[in-house]
Amino acid sequence: MKKVVSVGLAAVMAVSMAACAGSDTSDTTAAADTTAAAEESGEQAADAADTEGMEEFLIGSTGPLTGAAASYGTSVKQGEEIAIQEINEAGGVQVGDTTYKLVLNFQDDEAKEDKAVTAFNTLVDAGMNAYVGAVTTGACLAQTDLSYEANILQITPSASAEAVTANPNVFRMCFTDPLQGEMIAQYVVDNGYESVAVLWNNSDEYSAGIHDAFVETLEAADASLLVADESFATGDVDFNTQLTVIKNSGAKLLFVPAYYGDVAYIVQQAKDAGMECDFVGSDGWDGVLGQVTDPAMVEGAVFLSPFLATEDAAADFVSKYEAAYGATPDQFAADGYDCVYAIKAAMEQAGSIETEALIQAMTEITVDGLTGQVTFEESGEPAKTAKYVQIVNGEYTAM
Amino acid sequence: MLTSIMEQLINGLRTGSIYALIALGYTMVYGIAKMINFAHGDIIMVGAYTLYIGIALLHLPVLPAMLLTAVVCSVLGMLIEKIAYKPLRKAPPLAVLITAIGMSYFLQSVALLIFSSTPIPFKSVIEVEGIQVGTVNISGITIVTLAVTTVIMVGLTLFINRTKAGSAMRAVSEDRGAAELMGINVNRTISMTFAIGSALAAVAGILYICQYQSLRPTLGALPGIKAFVAAVLGGIGSVPGAMLGGIMLGLIESLSKAYISTELADAIVFGVLVVVLLVRPSGLLGKKKLVKV
Repeated sequence: MKKVVSVGLAAVMAVSMAACAGSDTSDTTAAADTTAAAEESGEQAADAADTEGMEEFLIGSTGPLTGAAASYGTSVKQGEEIAIQEINEAGGVQVGDTTYKLVLNFQDDEAKEDKAVTAFNTLVDAGMNAYVGAVTTGACLAQTDLSYEANILQITPSASAEAVTANPNVFRMCFTDPLQGEMIAQYVVDNGYESVAVLWNNSDEYSAGIHDAFVETLEAADASLLVADESFATGDVDFNTQLTVIKNSGAKLLFVPAYYGDVAYIVQQAKDAGMECDFVGSDGWDGVLGQVTDPAMVEGAVFLSPFLATEDAAADFVSKYEAAYGATPDQFAADGYDCVYAIKAAMEQAGSIETEALIQAMTEITVDGLTGQVTFEESGEPAKTAKYVQIVNGEYTAM
Repeated sequence: MLTSIMEQLINGLRTGSIYALIALGYTMVYGIAKMINFAHGDIIMVGAYTLYIGIALLHLPVLPAMLLTAVVCSVLGMLIEKIAYKPLRKAPPLAVLITAIGMSYFLQSVALLIFSSTPIPFKSVIEVEGIQVGTVNISGITIVTLAVTTVIMVGLTLFINRTKAGSAMRAVSEDRGAAELMGINVNRTISMTFAIGSALAAVAGILYICQYQSLRPTLGALPGIKAFVAAVLGGIGSVPGAMLGGIMLGLIESLSKAYISTELADAIVFGVLVVVLLVRPSGLLGKKKLVKV
């Protein structure tokens, strides 16, 4: 009888170990595949050319279309589609004597590292000319070395960890994690909150990056402000223990730098526990209204975003987006849209579609995008600022 | 400080009592069929989705939807036993174990195909106001969870000890061959055990979904594993052991998260399991069986 139990326990252990090991092995094997795939891509791109009198320029892209972060990937994809449609209808991209028609190939990566690597390799096989992705930080970090080896221009719409832009071929459209942490810390100080708690995901680079910068900035301002610093792990659904600690710390404000899936659990359990503090969040909060069962839970919450659909400058994009997809675009859609226009600008500036020329051109262009006017530094970072967004009457509104 | 400890204890009791409900299913099935039904955690997931279908898609009132959930899960539990496990009754334990893991993946994949992996928000159907005892706040769902699990545990204990069907279950668990010779219908008793265990998983699924308000195909996996650990901790095969194990696990988890470290909580839980198994290899309340050779 004991044997069966021990066999069972051993099986549980084996399964969990296999799960941990899984992502590592797929990383290395996939990396080995890439070089071979990159060689093929040149031929395929040549095959695909010369349709309808215009050359095709293939923009590859990955992001989560299913899974816990599906809203981000879907938005980016739809934003890209709108931009590509606009550009092609206006006659494509003129590079020297050639006119290019933009084509999008979007692969689902479920916001998982192993899937992101497979998706990226699929795109290289398909012969992509430039790459927009990945949407989430973890998935993006798994791809940056691959895109460097394959020598492809990569612009991430929304992966905000600092390490993402380490390679010279990678640029970022959104602001960085540390910037968000600093801005939220500033918000706390400016609004005179006396006690603040932070609840963050310590198994996620994005959340940890914001948390570290937030705590550092806040402690530099006044070390007594931070009364509780609690963490959780990816996949957790029960936050009651942490929330109880935070509640009893007397914090008046709770900062949750996390993705909206986790946020939905947190705000609901905070409400059940009878907590009355205010919430602030990072840009991962965008989309939270679609995930909570009652918008009243996040009423009054403030988070950072580079884009707001209710602003005048975005009206044209918003109406096209709503007509096409029946939904209001969020910052991810705007980031995706801006990435496509950045590639267009780089192509025109470079006068070539060679990767080296495109990368060089990226640092010379100015994109007047939906997420504000952006220029890119050689390090790959954008020069832009964030906006504060508040949820009022169940709507995202500018502050 | 006292308020904080009380609230953490209540948190632990609530998660612990859900673990206990699930652990009962593991332990009953183990006691009768001498196998670990790893698909048990996924029955919770099926229960959660059934409730969602009943309420959000078929627009049933709450009670019929809950009944439907219990019935669907019971029938599914019996079907799994008939199709997947019964033909393997004479097979080595490892074959049955692998089949059970396969069944677990099968259920998850079916849910993934039908509902995709995007989480579905689902508003709790249990609307009970929370209460305030002194400075301690107890949420409505906590009260309901504790009440429901207490009633079920008392009911199940009475059922096993006081009814004929319960005696049959105990007899089969003690010695299947002898029970058969005494005229007990072993097949029917095993089916009934799976049905009851799965109905308990359905209740756990309902409580789970009302507490966390979000559905995804893998939602049963983690509570399933935790409950299995709880069953082993309490002594697998023992009904009071599963209850004790579940509640202990919930309390240890909650207290170590709150007062030691969130990162170390799982390590502490499993550490306690290792220590208990070293000292008492058959679990806290498990019976030590002498095997005569």
